[in-house]
Amino acid sequence: MKNVLKSIYTGLIFIFLYAPMVVLIILSFNKSKSRAKWGGFTIQWYVKLFHNSVVMQALINTLLIAFLSALIACIIGTIAALAMNKMGMFARSAMLGVTNIPMLNADIVTGISLMLLFLFFRFKFGFMTILLSHITFNISYVILSVMPRIKKMNPSNYEAALDLGATPVYAFFKVILPDIWPGVLSGFLMAFTMSLDDFIITHFSKGPGVDTISTKVYAQLKKGIDPEMYALSTLIFISVLALLLLINTLPAGGKKKEKAK
Amino acid sequence: MKNNKFVQFLSVPYVLWAIAFIVIPLLMVFYYGLTDGNGKFTFDNVLAITQTVHYKSLYIALILALISTVICILLAYPLALILTSLKGKNEHLIVLIFILPMWMNFLLRTLAWQTLLENDGAINYVLSFLHLPTIHIINTPVAIVFGMIYNFLPFMILPLYNVIGKIDQNVLNAARDLGANYFQSLVKITLPLSVPGIISGITMVFVPSLTTFVVSEMLGGSKILLIGNVIEQEFTQNSNWHLGSGLSIVLMIFIVISMVITAIFDKDGEGNAL
Repeated sequence: MKNVLKSIYTGLIFIFLYAPMVVLIILSFNKSKSRAKWGGFTIQWYVKLFHNSVVMQALINTLLIAFLSALIACIIGTIAALAMNKMGMFARSAMLGVTNIPMLNADIVTGISLMLLFLFFRFKFGFMTILLSHITFNISYVILSVMPRIKKMNPSNYEAALDLGATPVYAFFKVILPDIWPGVLSGFLMAFTMSLDDFIITHFSKGPGVDTISTKVYAQLKKGIDPEMYALSTLIFISVLALLLLINTLPAGGKKKEKAK
Repeated sequence: MKNNKFVQFLSVPYVLWAIAFIVIPLLMVFYYGLTDGNGKFTFDNVLAITQTVHYKSLYIALILALISTVICILLAYPLALILTSLKGKNEHLIVLIFILPMWMNFLLRTLAWQTLLENDGAINYVLSFLHLPTIHIINTPVAIVFGMIYNFLPFMILPLYNVIGKIDQNVLNAARDLGANYFQSLVKITLPLSVPGIISGITMVFVPSLTTFVVSEMLGGSKILLIGNVIEQEFTQNSNWHLGSGLSIVLMIFIVISMVITAIFDKDGEGNAL
């Protein structure tokens, strides 16, 4: 009885969270461009999607910004986290405090503060300004996820490598990096996701002509969304879901690899 | 020792980055917020919050954010309990399933709710088919709260799930052995020990709810202005950066207040846990 109630509750929340996905998937097969009417089944939006240069360009920008910002944030953030670990109490808490600002502050304030910076120093608003903004908030997520790994690390391993004649750089790649790798990886994924889903900060740091999926959807809200957007989001949803299921059905392989190390 | 110095030196790129893109931009918000068009110092932009339009938008945003935060806790807590009790094989997958919606563009998801909630939308179609009373909540504060809960609920589920999952089972078993029933061990042990999760959940739901302008624009039909909408319009439509920055300073004051309040409650929670 109790288990039934549990399942019903979980199911209801599940429906609540997934109802919009169902709507978007249905809309992607809707012949009518209007969201209110069902005009019959079609797959034309999936075909047109690949010829819609506007949507495709937005997709490329979104993925490129997400990938680059996550990568650069990982490099800067991991190095910074290693350095912060060796700092004194005061310097470290001061730096952690600053690192927390983009996560705790409202996105709208972060967005306008960066917009004011770019305006003041006459940056050209476009791809570059979006990338700089995304790197900024992504570094915080990377440091947050790498820090616990670094704290757990045994410093003697690194020292042993040096004693055995490794250069600091060689020791970093052979000893430290493998140790903290899971933290770096989850930091990368988190940063990638945050960048992908961001609208507000992009909205304030983008320039005319350069759009991500989020800002494109926002621009289309008033005049009507290209149905290709629904097709695109359905494809993204299906591929992420497939990826998750795939990763989850192969846990044995992952463990074997870990043991091999 | 020499090595430590070198390692500390590695923080230089990030320190420079943080100063350029975190500290200086924030100082610029304060600079613009505390000056007028001629660069003269003034409190007018901050005090503009006392104007009826601005004051009302802040008041409504606070109320709606508070309501959605409370509902998020009430919805997420039982779910986190259920999820942690599933110590099975698929435990990991189940949690991922609750994060998965975040990979779909949040504007499109909110738009989908608009489609569902509309007066002639899918939900009302089903309701009238079942001869139930229809709902008319689109373009009302109810729809905005609904959108806030929908968008930010995962941010409440995750920290709660993490904290509850880490509670030592031995403590719970001890309570049971000493005669506590499920409800007692929930109130006396699980709840106090999960306070850090509740706190981080609250900040992760309350701040974005308080400051959103997208949810209110899409589900409130641009009729209900929240403080986020006012600030956004000052920047993108009126190009009044000074007023927009002044109101942002007010907003930051409320964010800091909410963090201080939660920090105080956090301490109480730890005290009770001991």
